Amino acid sequence: MASSGFSPLVRLTAAAALTGVMASANAVTEITFWHSMDGALGDKVNSIASQFNASQKEYKVVPVYKGQYDESLAAAIAAYRSGNAPDIVQVFEVGTATMMQAKKAVKPVWQLMAESGEKFDEKAFIPAVAGYYADAKTGHLISMPFNSSTPVLYYNRDAFKKAGLPDAPPKTWPELAAAAAKLKASGLSCGYSTGWQGWVLLENFSTWHNLPYASLDNGFGGSKAVLQFNSPLHVKHIEFLQKMAKDGTFTYAGRKDEASAKFYSGECGIMTGSSGSLANIRKNAKFAFGMGMMPYYPDVKGAPQNAIIGGASLWVMGGKSAAEYKGVARFLKMVSSPAVAADWHQSTGYLPVVSAAYELTRQQGFYDKFPGADIATRQMMNKPPKPYTRGLRLGYMPQIRTVVDEELESVWNGQKAPKAALDSAVARGNELLRRFEKTAD
Amino acid sequence: MQNRIRFPGGWLGFLLMLPQLAITVLFFVWPAAQALWQSTQSQDPFGLATRFVGVDNFSALFQDPLYLGTVKTTLLFSALVTALGMGSALLLAAMVNQVRFGKRFYQTVLIAPYAIAPSIVAVLWLFLFNPSLGWISYLLRGAGYEWNHALNGGQALALVVMASAWKQVSYNFLFFYAGLQAIPASLIEAAAMDGAGPLRRFRDLVLPLLSPTSFFLLVVNLVYAFFDTFAVVDAATGGGPGKSTETLILKVYLEGFKGLDLGSSAAQSVVLMAIVGLLTVIQFRYVERKVQY
Amino acid sequence: MMVENRKGLNLLCHALLALGMLAVAFPLYLMLMAATQSAEQVTAVPLSLLPGGHLLENLSHVLASPDGGLAVPLWRTLANSLVMALVIAVGKIVISFLSAFAIVWFRFPLRQAGFWLIFATLMLPVEVRIFPTVEVVTQLGLINSYTGLTLPLIASATATFLFRQFFLTLPPELAEAARVDGAGPLRFMLDIVLPLSRTNIAALFVITFIYGWNQYLWPLLVTHDPAMSTAVIAIKGMLGEGAVQWHLVMATALLTLMPPLAVVMLMQRWFVKGLVDNEK
Repeated sequence: MASSGFSPLVRLTAAAALTGVMASANAVTEITFWHSMDGALGDKVNSIASQFNASQKEYKVVPVYKGQYDESLAAAIAAYRSGNAPDIVQVFEVGTATMMQAKKAVKPVWQLMAESGEKFDEKAFIPAVAGYYADAKTGHLISMPFNSSTPVLYYNRDAFKKAGLPDAPPKTWPELAAAAAKLKASGLSCGYSTGWQGWVLLENFSTWHNLPYASLDNGFGGSKAVLQFNSPLHVKHIEFLQKMAKDGTFTYAGRKDEASAKFYSGECGIMTGSSGSLANIRKNAKFAFGMGMMPYYPDVKGAPQNAIIGGASLWVMGGKSAAEYKGVARFLKMVSSPAVAADWHQSTGYLPVVSAAYELTRQQGFYDKFPGADIATRQMMNKPPKPYTRGLRLGYMPQIRTVVDEELESVWNGQKAPKAALDSAVARGNELLRRFEKTAD
Repeated sequence: MQNRIRFPGGWLGFLLMLPQLAITVLFFVWPAAQALWQSTQSQDPFGLATRFVGVDNFSALFQDPLYLGTVKTTLLFSALVTALGMGSALLLAAMVNQVRFGKRFYQTVLIAPYAIAPSIVAVLWLFLFNPSLGWISYLLRGAGYEWNHALNGGQALALVVMASAWKQVSYNFLFFYAGLQAIPASLIEAAAMDGAGPLRRFRDLVLPLLSPTSFFLLVVNLVYAFFDTFAVVDAATGGGPGKSTETLILKVYLEGFKGLDLGSSAAQSVVLMAIVGLLTVIQFRYVERKVQY
Repeated sequence: MMVENRKGLNLLCHALLALGMLAVAFPLYLMLMAATQSAEQVTAVPLSLLPGGHLLENLSHVLASPDGGLAVPLWRTLANSLVMALVIAVGKIVISFLSAFAIVWFRFPLRQAGFWLIFATLMLPVEVRIFPTVEVVTQLGLINSYTGLTLPLIASATATFLFRQFFLTLPPELAEAARVDGAGPLRFMLDIVLPLSRTNIAALFVITFIYGWNQYLWPLLVTHDPAMSTAVIAIKGMLGEGAVQWHLVMATALLTLMPPLAVVMLMQRWFVKGLVDNEK
């Protein structure tokens, strides 16, 4: 019905004329689902929806690609403000605090499931995934985990061989630096590069090294949190990388996933990036590659601790009819069923969000066939998460990421000293946090 | 203008103006007023909690050294886009005006960029300068110059300036070319007979005669650089590295649209509206005066 | 220009122009070449400057199969872009013509105020006040409709201003003569002013068509149904965070820029004349 491009008046007239036809069509409840999965991922989302639609006759899920995460979130908010929100919207992990603050605008998933009488076991989810999207006090899931990833290390095995390096991923940062130097000496133009620097080099670096990113358990404990990623260890880490950048063994490629194109083209020998890039790398790399966990500093107590996720979750918007919620609940239930979640995990490289999907994938022999595909999951479950390694719950987090990007860029190009850049990022980020605090009621 | 004949029956005139006026009020004045209102509010993105904060959003803005940095970047960027876009267009127009064949061909090629969407322009230029795949970065690498606009602020600025100016050359060219054609041949011939060479004629005669066109284009190009380059900058660099290519309009977008900080974004919109207003008045005054010549 | 016939100068000009042509055309040529290559060829460094023989394959692929998760094939979004551009172009021309006519040939209260209002507010780019504008459109129930896509963009300062400028250059005797002949204002408008404005209308058609075709943020926010989105959005959807398939992106870019380019090229003469004659 929504596809007719006419004004409501015209549509009304047409509807009146077609009442007979419409009556039968009305029996199906439409559920709109806005997402940001482009390319092959978008195809996969479409196929999950058609699978759901074919499985029953009462509901029809209509997936709509709404641009990248920020665009789709802004569109959903604009739509909500004018009473036209979709039923489900996929929101990136850094938008979690914004969504949680808008209590009236969203329907918590656990409540949705309870009200529509769907059996829903919150324990089925992998704790480190669920923790990110759960209410800090009650532990109930507010949004539905969907596409999650953790940062992993990729290395070019052919290039390692050529450089005379052992066929194993570097485990620690000093090992990584040494390997990058050897790769460079063997004629490679780029030793190491990373995607999503804020997420990998600071956010995950913190939890992996048993450090808080911000006070009050990274914001889980309240909106008064202040950023703390300018500790001596953080500074030391960025100094370490600045030196690599000066030596030419670390090449900065961009704020997003530009590094993975540099990796699969063979330009860079080592990269840290999202485990979700695996499918792409597998498709495009014309050499043998291997994977490893994120590197750490061996002299840090408690490291490695655990990784935290990136990616997005599915949010249910408030103010919809009971019929729609019933359909949404069924659909989300299907998305988190072991079979669907395992298939999603295997074909996209995102994490299995429920433990059963991880088990299923292992039984199917997937990890034997694709060694390294379970690294992201193992990394996340490395140790039980501490209160300050569950995830981040900070307002205006997308802007904080941008601030971090800007400050780190000024380190890589030598304009700022690491300590000054991190201090300034923390100060600017804290200002944003205070602004966000003010918008809450 | 005063002695122009008017038809009686003002109501008909009003009626004719009504559609335009109605759309303007509904989709422009009303939302602009809301932006003004919003700039005095502190609000969460969903509009669930709203508080009046007076001029706080503005004072926060003007006390922020980074905002002033963005103002400077915008001025530099606009100056460069305008200079490059107008300078090369003037040169090309003078050349086309000078040659005997191929005028039409040159003009046809030169107006092509006008048709291309800003986001596609960004795609084309990113493809040229892609540090790994791009043709130009490949040539530069061959010449021993490393191109990486993700890291080098100067290169990033150069990239967005070139892409933005490239698109605007068409428009500037057309006006300069028309301006040149309008200069009477007899004037040029007279100067040539006085022994002035082509360069001197261009400097002493043609340039002054083109000054009205140039002034008009100056305003148009500044407005273009301030606002219409948004899609190019957003797609090509997103404002980075650091803040080296962040322009005012991009900041409004980043903070309002991506960051969902509506109060601050609205305050910035209001500042921009004031700038547009100023430029509009300048242009309007100027054009109005010209009409009366 | 018959001042000098110095061969050297002429040659120098052609040489400089050739450089200019290269700067203007090279990005477009490269796009064309990338669109003719296979997924394999397009990752070569440097990209081959010769056609790769996969153009039709790439074009038919993007036209027929949904890419970038958009769930609709490109022909559909191209059709939407066409509708949007045409409606905006025609709408802008009609309402601007009418209001400029009113401003020049009538006297009524609010005339000057109305003109200023139109002129000043329309200079504001849509990005600056996007949220409140989307809200208005939603309240009117125009989301996901061609009306919502086009109507809010139909008001135009540029077109009103250009028409006004042109009308002011028409000799006052025209209207006087019409009045003596007993022709009312509407007859005068349709029989005399409209035919005289042909060139302006053609030029404005080009400008406004391109404006409508190239919109990005607006269609993104006011359409939620993939079947209603436009070609420029389809391209953005293909430039995701994963591996960019440049050959398909460029094939899509090629198809997306053909219609506005064709409009500019086919209407070049009127476009140039109408645009330049008025603002000078």
